[in-house]
Amino acid sequence: MKSITRRSNAPVFWGLFGAGGMLAALFGPVLVFITGIAVPLGIILPADAMSWPRMQAFAQHWAGKGLLFLVVALFMWHAMHRILHSLHDLGVRAGTAMQFACYGVALLVTILATWALMALGF
Amino acid sequence: MAETTGNGKVVRIEVLRYRPEQDEEPFLQGYDVPFTDDMSVLQGLQYIKDWLDGTLSFRWSCRMAICGSCGMMIDGEPRLACKTFLRDFPAGTVRVEALAHFPIERDLVIRMDDFLAKLERIKPYIIPKEARTLAQGEYLQTPAELDVYEQFSSCINCLLCYAACPQYGLNPEFVGPGIMALLHRYNADSRDGAAAERMEIAGSEAGVFNCTAVGYCSEVCPKHVDPANAVNQNKTRAAGDYFLRFITPKGGAR
Amino acid sequence: MNTSDPRRPYVRPMAGWWRRNPFFVEYMVHEATALFVAAYALVLLVGLRRLAQGEAAWNGWLEALRSPVSLVFHGVLLAAFAYHCWTWFRIMPRTMPPLIFGGKRVAPGVITACGVAATTACSLVVLILAWGATR
Repeated sequence: MKSITRRSNAPVFWGLFGAGGMLAALFGPVLVFITGIAVPLGIILPADAMSWPRMQAFAQHWAGKGLLFLVVALFMWHAMHRILHSLHDLGVRAGTAMQFACYGVALLVTILATWALMALGF
Repeated sequence: MAETTGNGKVVRIEVLRYRPEQDEEPFLQGYDVPFTDDMSVLQGLQYIKDWLDGTLSFRWSCRMAICGSCGMMIDGEPRLACKTFLRDFPAGTVRVEALAHFPIERDLVIRMDDFLAKLERIKPYIIPKEARTLAQGEYLQTPAELDVYEQFSSCINCLLCYAACPQYGLNPEFVGPGIMALLHRYNADSRDGAAAERMEIAGSEAGVFNCTAVGYCSEVCPKHVDPANAVNQNKTRAAGDYFLRFITPKGGAR
Repeated sequence: MNTSDPRRPYVRPMAGWWRRNPFFVEYMVHEATALFVAAYALVLLVGLRRLAQGEAAWNGWLEALRSPVSLVFHGVLLAAFAYHCWTWFRIMPRTMPPLIFGGKRVAPGVITACGVAATTACSLVVLILAWGATR
């Protein structure tokens, strides 16, 4: 029972999980609807709503950049935390190696998203 | 008892038996038990022990859902045997097993050493914020202050919430729902001053972050305690302690 | 499983625990929405990358979104996100500190309903903003 005397570092990942989960609950459905259904089919929103100049301008604005970063990164941190625990539930113990693997994927996606957003310029 | 159960109704009680001195592993043994509508599963087991098979072992005491001794898996759900009635199994058969996630000592008796050791660690008693002499009178509390912790004080240590918690089954180091409900009961009490000390356990690797909010613990509690709420409120508090220690001189709760 | 203890307490295996109770099956299903949240994050990540690569690459990504496979996939994603939203707010009364309003504790159903209402409001605001910016 050593684990009862060691402070857990889980708050960091639990915080990201909670923030991403809340974001996905509040804005996930409408974002999926807009980018995956409404714009491709041209219903409610015009089919050219996500045209190149418009989206480039959106991603170059600091606010647009920030929103895109938060959505991609937090969704991924939320999902990988949950997947880590689901694997634990299925018998793959959430030890250090599994934590590195799952949170590593989330970190990698965060870095790639940052890189793409930086490449878009301001 | 045999004389009073003569209305012709019979239920088949299948009991998971385990006798450590002779069995390699547990097995199901069925008993046909005559019953009346007012008989609980516990009374069914007592009938078996008195009339059919004296070797059957199970714990019980009060027969009225206050001692917390007769928790067992009844048709796969953690329940108190005294609070579950034989009439509620219309199929005419009911399966009874020892509480899930605990080692079986014998038949329906589980080993609860782990729970008791953890219970001691959280100091489940009021450690006064300020010492008062008898002459100074009682520690007063408003109804609102009572309301914050009252439901958590209803816990009877029956362990149904542990049998409902897969995270305890998967990692027995987890302090678990019942202990957290009791920890919260004392931490949330306005008269208590030892919250910081108890939060070290809540925020430890054996603490609240093992919980994945399954929520079944609160569904099965026979005393309407909400252990899931105790665990999850303390996730927020433990996370606060974790981050605040970097910016406050006191170091969060410590 | 038997332990080395001379009293030979028997430890039952956990394998397949979630199939033993419908409550646990539902739990595993709502936890699995994380797979779809991750999938959508990856779709968006690829979109960001294409956006950074230039107009031709971006238009290729938009074209891919119009394919029947993508449309069906996003229909599934939408269902998964909606289920995530519902289960997220359903458990919320258990995960947050008691909410006192007008001297009384707010009922669990009210908290869940407020969460779903918040999602509806957020969805409408985003749709109206997107509509206003693109029409």
